[in-house]
Amino acid sequence: MTLELIFFLVLSLTAIATALGMLLSRNAIYSALFLVLNFTTVAVFYLLLGAPFIAMAQVTVYAGAIMVLFLFVIMLLGAESLPKAEVLPWQKPLAITLAVLLAGEAVFLLITRARPTGNVVSPDVAVNTVTNLRALGEALFSQYLLPFEVTSILLLVAMVGAIVLVRKEKRVP
Amino acid sequence: MIPINYYIILSAILFSMGVVGVLVRRNALIIFMSIELMLNAANLAIVAFSSVLQSFSGQIFVFFVIAVAAAEVAVGLALIVEIFKSKRSIDVDQMSSLKG
Repeated sequence: MTLELIFFLVLSLTAIATALGMLLSRNAIYSALFLVLNFTTVAVFYLLLGAPFIAMAQVTVYAGAIMVLFLFVIMLLGAESLPKAEVLPWQKPLAITLAVLLAGEAVFLLITRARPTGNVVSPDVAVNTVTNLRALGEALFSQYLLPFEVTSILLLVAMVGAIVLVRKEKRVP
Repeated sequence: MIPINYYIILSAILFSMGVVGVLVRRNALIIFMSIELMLNAANLAIVAFSSVLQSFSGQIFVFFVIAVAAAEVAVGLALIVEIFKSKRSIDVDQMSSLKG
């Protein structure tokens, strides 16, 4: 068992454990903090896969901006935990059974039918270079220029939409 | 060298945990976080494939997914705040009426 494989196994156990913690904790703030840890672990996976730009974008946008927004809303609403209510008794076992089925099917289909069946690149040749970033930037601004610009419009529309949604309505006199 | 199958299995497990979160929890914010978890699992699979194929297109696609997720979170949280203002709760069981 190589060092890389041990590293991978420890990281994947961390990712699964933090996802479980997010699912199981009663307090929404704990859930959000577990999810931050999960996103950071996935960012380390991106580094292992030789995608340093995506890893940094993951840390700044997901673990930084999005989760801070979540924490803001949780604390603003004071909605850390919900009061107890009656739940359907068969809902939880059914959901877990179906999800296990889904995971099994996805693994089966992706492993048996997916074309690329090789190994991922070793990180020591991929992470420590700037060629990755340069190639990514060149592709983003030449081949994918139109989607890139459309993304800016999408973000603008989302910002305007969020402001319009939470704005107080003015009474017409 | 790690086989890509390991990444695919991890991605499928994380995605299914997100599905369980959406199905089981009643707190709208935690359901939303589970959706983010599912997006992340899909991103991980895409980056793993792009790493095996030695192609940048997967990474660029993931970059767009992250941007769209940011926009989605902004609008979605604004909606949750509005629902909380009118219902005084974010329990999804109570969002059963179409009237505001």
